[in-house]
Amino acid sequence: MTTRTSARLPAETVGAVTVLGVRHHGPGTARALRAALAELRPDVVLIEGPPEADALVPLAADPEMEPPVALLAYVPGEPNRSAFWPFASFSPEWQAIQYALRAGIPVRFCDLPAANVLAQPRHTGRRRRGSAEAGVRIDPLGWLAETAGYDDAERWWDDVIEHRRDGEPTPFAAIAEAMTALREHAPAQPAGEQEEEARREAYMRTVLRRTLADGYERIAVVCGAWHVPALLDLPTATADNRVLKGRAKTKVAMTWVPWTHSRLAYWSGYGAGVESPGWYHHLFEATDHPIERWLTETARILRDNGLPVSSAHVIEGVRLAETLASLRGRPLPGLAEVTEATRAVLCEGADLPVELVQRKLVVGERLGQVPAATPMVPLQQDLRAAQRRLRLKPEALDRELDLDLRKPTDLERSRLLHRLRLLDVEWGEPGEIAGSRGTFHELWTLVWRPELDLALIEASMWGNTVTDAAVARATANARDAGSLSDLSALTEHCLLADLPDALPAVLTAVGERAALDGDVTHLMAALPALVRSARYGDVRGTDVGSLHAVIAEIVVRMCVDLPPAVSALDEDAERELLDHIGAVHSAINLLADREHRQRWETTLGGIAARDDLPGLIEGRLVRLLLDAERLDADAAGVRMARAVSVGAAPAHVAAWVEGFLSGGGLLLVHDDRLLRLIDTWLAGLPGDTFDDVLPLLRRTFGTFDAPERRAIGDRMRRHTDDRQATTRPEDDDLDHARAEPAVRTVAAILGLTVGQKP
Amino acid sequence: MSDTTPPGAPVGTPDPAGLPGPPEGVLRAHAEQQYAAELAALAAYDDRPRPPGWHLSPWAVTTYLHGGEVDSTPITPKYVGNRRIVEVAVATLATDRALLLLGVPGTAKTWLSEHLAAAISGDSTLLVQGTAGTVEEAIRYGWNYARLLTEGPTDQALVASPVMRAMTEGRLVRVEELTRMPSDVQDALITVLSEKTMPIPELGAQVQARKGFNVIATANDRDRGVNELSSALRRRFNTVVLPVPASAEEEVEIVHRRVTELGRALELPELPPGLDEIRRVVTVFRELREGVTSDGRTKVKSPSSTLSPAEAISVVTSGIALAAHFGDGTLRPSDIAAGITGAIIQDPVSDRVIWQEYLEAVVRERREWADFYRACREVSG
Repeated sequence: MTTRTSARLPAETVGAVTVLGVRHHGPGTARALRAALAELRPDVVLIEGPPEADALVPLAADPEMEPPVALLAYVPGEPNRSAFWPFASFSPEWQAIQYALRAGIPVRFCDLPAANVLAQPRHTGRRRRGSAEAGVRIDPLGWLAETAGYDDAERWWDDVIEHRRDGEPTPFAAIAEAMTALREHAPAQPAGEQEEEARREAYMRTVLRRTLADGYERIAVVCGAWHVPALLDLPTATADNRVLKGRAKTKVAMTWVPWTHSRLAYWSGYGAGVESPGWYHHLFEATDHPIERWLTETARILRDNGLPVSSAHVIEGVRLAETLASLRGRPLPGLAEVTEATRAVLCEGADLPVELVQRKLVVGERLGQVPAATPMVPLQQDLRAAQRRLRLKPEALDRELDLDLRKPTDLERSRLLHRLRLLDVEWGEPGEIAGSRGTFHELWTLVWRPELDLALIEASMWGNTVTDAAVARATANARDAGSLSDLSALTEHCLLADLPDALPAVLTAVGERAALDGDVTHLMAALPALVRSARYGDVRGTDVGSLHAVIAEIVVRMCVDLPPAVSALDEDAERELLDHIGAVHSAINLLADREHRQRWETTLGGIAARDDLPGLIEGRLVRLLLDAERLDADAAGVRMARAVSVGAAPAHVAAWVEGFLSGGGLLLVHDDRLLRLIDTWLAGLPGDTFDDVLPLLRRTFGTFDAPERRAIGDRMRRHTDDRQATTRPEDDDLDHARAEPAVRTVAAILGLTVGQKP
Repeated sequence: MSDTTPPGAPVGTPDPAGLPGPPEGVLRAHAEQQYAAELAALAAYDDRPRPPGWHLSPWAVTTYLHGGEVDSTPITPKYVGNRRIVEVAVATLATDRALLLLGVPGTAKTWLSEHLAAAISGDSTLLVQGTAGTVEEAIRYGWNYARLLTEGPTDQALVASPVMRAMTEGRLVRVEELTRMPSDVQDALITVLSEKTMPIPELGAQVQARKGFNVIATANDRDRGVNELSSALRRRFNTVVLPVPASAEEEVEIVHRRVTELGRALELPELPPGLDEIRRVVTVFRELREGVTSDGRTKVKSPSSTLSPAEAISVVTSGIALAAHFGDGTLRPSDIAAGITGAIIQDPVSDRVIWQEYLEAVVRERREWADFYRACREVSG
């Protein structure tokens, strides 16, 4: 008792020990804790956290260290078994560490060692708060809040703890008292969890005893509020040792990793998450007038996004928030009141700006940073192991790498490089391959730069192995992707990197984006890459069932959306649409799905039957349908006759012919009738009109190969001859002498008797 | 204070405690008449501070709207939905800001404004109905022309608008369908809301609002062809958007109840309720409105139509009329198809595509909806 430094320090202090129960990531308790520590002036601080991290504490003083960061514990060699302890600047634990580092006193983490936590096979590494039956013990605050008539535990804590301001008496005695009462009345919990809790608390007490034995006189213990009563009352060491006996143990390594605000909600080892880190950050940083400052900041963000918000809005917003708080009987407006005031006054009832504020301010994305001296993260180790296995040394000099994907090692290398690219670790630069389709070769340029290590550390928040991290990253990218074609490119990337686990999320995103995209050309642009992926995935043996489902959905939507899109187009748009139609057409042929093909061709048929089409598109569609045998040659002939008949404008006809023939001119060599139709039309054109359409025709015929053009020319000559001498037999010009060797060969192949006259 | 007393003052300020029930034979009683007992019980029990001019404290007003029990008098819930919405509305009025209730038709805007006025001022009768033909006199004041000609401009010749009366009496005035009024008429509210005065240049006088005066306006935010509020007026309002029913069951219940009531009022032949068809209409409307199917698996585009519960009600009612007069007396998908197609396709081009996409991608996949799919395909071709 002699160690009390002030008469005001209350019942949370027993002997040399002061137990400060906090709310993880609670800015109010962080503030109160800072004040309490300054007053208490402890000579050692114990913090709830894995004791293996003791050695990492000095890194927290490094000026390059910037929260949010997390302590990461993992089993070397098995990076999937890991646990995180994140800290934001407003986390009481972080403030305790900072205080200790400034005051030059030791920090000891006192929770159950990560070595024990990770040894449990069922440990998943992540536990979200408040599962259904978890009840009082997992979420004691929710229980207390409910008792106090609050629908939301966060708000209760906001009222009772978070909104305490500097200068008010410390709340820690009250917390200790409340928790004591709560623990007495809490119902029993499942045996497994009970055991775990007992072990954790026994370990905390053991560390506490050891610290006392080391002769410290003013010990501050910073831990979750729930544990306070367990640490105030020390049973015999023997009892605790009995609880702690026979713990499974494994080898663990620890390090710091950068973290983000949005991932504070993942809080493993503890049960509390944070949904509004930006708001908490603000509450912690703002010295006075938090509501006014917050709404002013909100107004600034809205103005930056082009929404007119005046100071009068801010004033009325503050008034509304305060009135709402008093209507609800709260001492100060909380996030709920401020958000409602933002919606009703600043955003004039609209939802979109409110979402913007939520994203930019309430969550307030922020990426932490760790110093270069931080021990290597498991992701780096995983990469090192992969590099050794695949004999790919990181070298600072450019190195060309030609991979043959038929060889397993090369395939693995290719996948590794693709995965790293997904993680923004640009070790390899893919080279251009001549003839991009159907090749087994990939060209890469490899350069290892020191920044890549930092990129790896940054990427380590996505996962501890390259594969896991790439999956997590691809999933996140799918969520944030800008356009549909980005997404289909991402799908391809996932297949190249062999990340089947990421595919479902990516494909869901593709499906959703496709559903909402009003522009059919976007759908059409996305389809070929997806179809390629489906075919390519088949080759690689990836499961592409869900990919086919998404393709089916896109085909349906595309077929519904396309007909109305083919109208009122200018020439550029026409050509663009035509390119898309062509690409989709070959993609659908590549897909070789009868139902899709039928649907697509029916759609094209429906469009082609309209008479308001631009000539270019109509001609092309007729050609596609003819090639697909949806139209027979007769029907196509009728269409062409109609198109080139006198009623049509010459420019329209020329466009029609261009569209029709853009699939290649060979058709004209083989189908006399079509050639005749074009010929008749062309021959019947008046001189000046002919001059007008000549450039168009030249453009069309210019795209044909020289032999094709020659064959068409030959045909034409023959037509002209035909017109002059219609009775000449077809095979009149056969040279029997020259044909004989060929006939012999064919006859030999067919097994006919040689020498017979054909 | 006011330099003028408008003639035709109300027949005594209604006192919730002493107010009798609705007069005999009245088709529909005002909120303050119908719930006089509840208001009286709340007023008697309520010891919290009341803003000046208010009959009840903000707490009691929210209780009145949300239901509960005071002093063993049960208070029926008037607005079923998010409690926060009511709290924001009440807090807005308490901060002396005007309240704008926005929402698609059938989201109880008028209902909520009537009950707010009844609870806060004890009187919901001061009402300006906004239409394309609303003139400035409805907001400001008019003249009794006979008197104006004989006596010249005097207090007696002045005919006060509901807004002016609310100002002099320190009460709430409701402006319904604010965006249907011509813009220049809307803007007459600006001075009233910012200066809380209404000048009467003809008399060289002005009316200054008493404490307790405020405006509740309602507007339809998805209607076409409305007069958007000027930003000067808009920023004098706090805006509360009333949402459509939160759950499908709630909406089915609302539609079903209203359809039954309407059917009786229109004296349609009694039909079995056809709950399945109602559920289907509500499902289609909700899915298109929310842009995602009810199982959350498929996203769909939303058409330009509002698809409010009010429209679901009219689709089902007309379906029942069809079934009763031309069908076999049971509500079938074919009776619904034409109505639902018409309700959804407001814009003949873009909405048609959205509806067809929905039919092909969603409806066709639901085996038990095959009849409905066929019926809709027949209608939309």
